Amino acid sequence: MKKPSPAPGPHPLEDLVRMDRIPHIWCPGCGTGSVFASCLAAIKQTGIPYNRFAMVSGIGCSGRGAGYINIDSFHTTHGRAIPFATGIKMARPDLNVVVFSGDGDLTAIGGNHLIHAARRNMDLTVVCINNLTYGMTGGQVAATTPHRARSSTTASGNSESPFNLPLLAYASGATYVARWTMLHARDLADAIAEAIAHRGFAFVEVLSPCPVNYGRRNKEKSLATLRKYQEKGIIKNGAHPAETDIDLERGIVLGKFVHVDKPTCDETYRRMYLAGDEPGKGLKAG
Amino acid sequence: MKPRVLTGIHFMNGDVACAEGAVAAGCRFFGGYPITPATEVAEHVSVRLPHVGGTFIQMEDEIAAITSILGAAWTGAKVMTATSGPGFSLMMETVGLAVITETPCVIVNVQRAGPSTGLPTMGAQGDMMQAKWGSHGDYEIIAVAPSSPQEMFDLTVAAFNLSEKYRVPVFVMSDEIVGHISEKVRIPEASEIKTVERVRPAGRKSDYKPYRPGANGVPPMPAIGDGFNVHVTGLTHDEKGYPVMSVDTQKEMQERLLAKIRDNIDDIVIVEEHLMEDADIVVVSYGVAARTGYAAVDEARRLGFKAGLLRLVTVWPFPEGKIRELASRVRGFVTVELNMGQVGREVQRCAGNVPAYGVGHAGGAIIPPDDVIQLLKEAFR
Repeated sequence: MKKPSPAPGPHPLEDLVRMDRIPHIWCPGCGTGSVFASCLAAIKQTGIPYNRFAMVSGIGCSGRGAGYINIDSFHTTHGRAIPFATGIKMARPDLNVVVFSGDGDLTAIGGNHLIHAARRNMDLTVVCINNLTYGMTGGQVAATTPHRARSSTTASGNSESPFNLPLLAYASGATYVARWTMLHARDLADAIAEAIAHRGFAFVEVLSPCPVNYGRRNKEKSLATLRKYQEKGIIKNGAHPAETDIDLERGIVLGKFVHVDKPTCDETYRRMYLAGDEPGKGLKAG
Repeated sequence: MKPRVLTGIHFMNGDVACAEGAVAAGCRFFGGYPITPATEVAEHVSVRLPHVGGTFIQMEDEIAAITSILGAAWTGAKVMTATSGPGFSLMMETVGLAVITETPCVIVNVQRAGPSTGLPTMGAQGDMMQAKWGSHGDYEIIAVAPSSPQEMFDLTVAAFNLSEKYRVPVFVMSDEIVGHISEKVRIPEASEIKTVERVRPAGRKSDYKPYRPGANGVPPMPAIGDGFNVHVTGLTHDEKGYPVMSVDTQKEMQERLLAKIRDNIDDIVIVEEHLMEDADIVVVSYGVAARTGYAAVDEARRLGFKAGLLRLVTVWPFPEGKIRELASRVRGFVTVELNMGQVGREVQRCAGNVPAYGVGHAGGAIIPPDDVIQLLKEAFR
């Protein structure tokens, strides 16, 4: 007689999940759940107490991440996760603030906030899930949709060209820039943990399939997308961000591209305005 | 380095008085963006907040400015931003987020004439309805209207207190004239300035529900890191703060959000009366236009009209009960405001069959008291 298998114990990340909100809303074949799990694993890996974290999301499929993590978490308006996180960080610099959101939210409607937070070297960890489309609204063209790809608003193919997000982040002043895919769960978790430990603006792009609203229109099943990630992924740490355009045929450059030390926004503000015996000394009240 | 409260008699403009009021009330975070004629609020706060250990940041636009203060508010800080028309328009979506997440914040609008870029350096009161209705959906907010630099100080303090007490955005609806005139401002001793702190949750963390209301309909509010693991969302949510897409949850949440203001209207609303004891004509006014209102009522009395001034210190929620009560015993109302007729429509609504007129101005200059007298002569003689 076959021995009964032992009752499964709790999931190792259960303490970080609002189990009373499961099942989640993400579709079968969607990569967001895997990326979310890597993000939780990273938070756990740092060993930092959970009440020293806050998670902020914007709007969209990945924007729901904040609703499932069992720490202080904020689901804000479309595009505004980064300025909300900025307010938290500047008011409470001891907190680790993780922004978990998607490409449409962070780089289109929220693009201005992304480049300015990078310019300031605001000490945030931004996990940007890039599924090449607006998934929640049904698959419209995004700032990340490849040229010629079909979407519900580009039936004959995208006439525009997408952002290279690592280049955008780097050019704006980000001091940590990496790209992985949801398939690289371990590398991704390590990267997010490193990004949290990094003092400064960290941008981690994660490619992740949207089989329902992107794949379907572009004749690509979820598994085929993952195979592309595996076969076309080229791990090239230290690659110049200018060389990381996503080319799904020739190759997708993955790895850590930027990791430099630079004073953060909150450190510099505190040093120049709040430090010493006489905060605000030398400043004149108008 | 200066103290939190600059006790003493000062000669200062309204924008600076507003900034001092904020610091005195306990504001410790300001997210701003330059815009005429509100810029001086940000400039002054940027210098003063470091004196008290607070933080100023100039964001990349007004959307970021208001969003940053909401984030900071959840760390436990009292927060403020200041802007004018175009920036106010950009902030509107986030006002809704502040309402639905019950995030205390103070938003100063030093109004200028619109629409669009309009008259950037000249005053108006054309954003009064926008303060009430500018974000989408039904909601209640609080708005106060200072008439002088002194009130820019006093009402900014009051705005913080109301915001902390009711967990609601509170608007200081100033204008270019009040913002830029310099007058005597008396800043009291710190001990004389009443400040209100938001109620923090007590009791067992396991029983805690972030949106379970307290006695006055307002839930206690924790700060990030307190260990309550709150989830805060702009989606319709239940008492746990979890999104629930249902008609019943929407109804329950909305009814409480509206009731916490409407049921406490007597605690919130302040009106000031001048020569109202025997008045049969009520001049209703607020903010800078009330300065015209005072002059007009005094002149009207000399001319034999039994006129009195009802000054709305709080414009939203609208003092409906007061207007209805007056309507039962006066000949008519005249609303004086620096726009083409906004709050006057509310007066009309509550006046019933009693005639309610408006004296307005497209903006850019103070309303001459003669315009009011002219109307009184035409309508009431």
